[in-house]
Amino acid sequence: MVAAALAIARHKRLFASVMLYSIYSALSAILFVLLDAVDVALTEAAVGTCISTILMLSALSLTGTRVEISEHQHPILALCVVVVVGAALIYGISDMPIYTDPNAPANLHVAPTYLSEALSETGSPNVVTAVLASYRGYDTLGEVVVIFTAGIGVVALLVQRRRKSQQEQ
Amino acid sequence: MQHHPILHLVAKLLMPFILVFSLYVLFHAEYGPGGGFQNGVIFGAGLILYGIIFGKDAAMKVAPPAVVHVLAATGVLIYVFIGIAGMFLGGEFLNYSVLLPTPVSGQKFAIIFVEAGVGLTVASVMVALFYSYSMYKHTDSSEQN
Repeated sequence: MVAAALAIARHKRLFASVMLYSIYSALSAILFVLLDAVDVALTEAAVGTCISTILMLSALSLTGTRVEISEHQHPILALCVVVVVGAALIYGISDMPIYTDPNAPANLHVAPTYLSEALSETGSPNVVTAVLASYRGYDTLGEVVVIFTAGIGVVALLVQRRRKSQQEQ
Repeated sequence: MQHHPILHLVAKLLMPFILVFSLYVLFHAEYGPGGGFQNGVIFGAGLILYGIIFGKDAAMKVAPPAVVHVLAATGVLIYVFIGIAGMFLGGEFLNYSVLLPTPVSGQKFAIIFVEAGVGLTVASVMVALFYSYSMYKHTDSSEQN
């Protein structure tokens, strides 16, 4: 994954970058399977590897596949920002509970209730589905509305620009 | 892509499996990984594959853009309708337990419908995005000609 990420940053041809991004996404899907998060892995494989690659390729066909390197860049400033933020994040890791610690705050809040009650309350053996669709119904409704709004926005933008270019002709 | 026999054959062979697998992901979400979102993405990807291989005109015959736009809104409306139905039957908004006589059957029933609504919206939005990109490109190239 690190090699794929570095290659994405180094490549100047956007087509290759999109393909590498797809590979990176597939690798992270495998990582999610190894972490036993099969629902997330399925989503990552479907969205990250498949759909977003297609959408980026379609966007490339509209914009062109070459990067224009601008002359006004501050590599040292960017490096400083990355180093500072990275150091802060690594410092933050030391305060985090140990991975899979059953007494971590995140595992003590509502998760035990979900795990013990989901099957008897919703009849769904897959707790992820029960949480997403039932306990967190508002959040999922919000997500669907966001997706719908985003889609409508893109369609409206592109269709409007098409009409404009037809009028110019 | 119109004259690649291998791509045509492979796409034709894969299409039914992709679409059926997406429905399996939807209806099997209670027992295995998956759900409405994944179902929508896989279904949308199947239609986009069809559009890429056989051309967007063939895909638009299968799923006309106007129908896709209406279906995207229908998915959201199904979700909201299930939520409001719970309100009318004496519960809170999005309380599924009151929909059917026993709470568990109400939850099961509503989860399937809610996930189907999510899947419908996601699949339609994906296809609509693909259409708007490809249609934009089409007029762009006709301008160059």
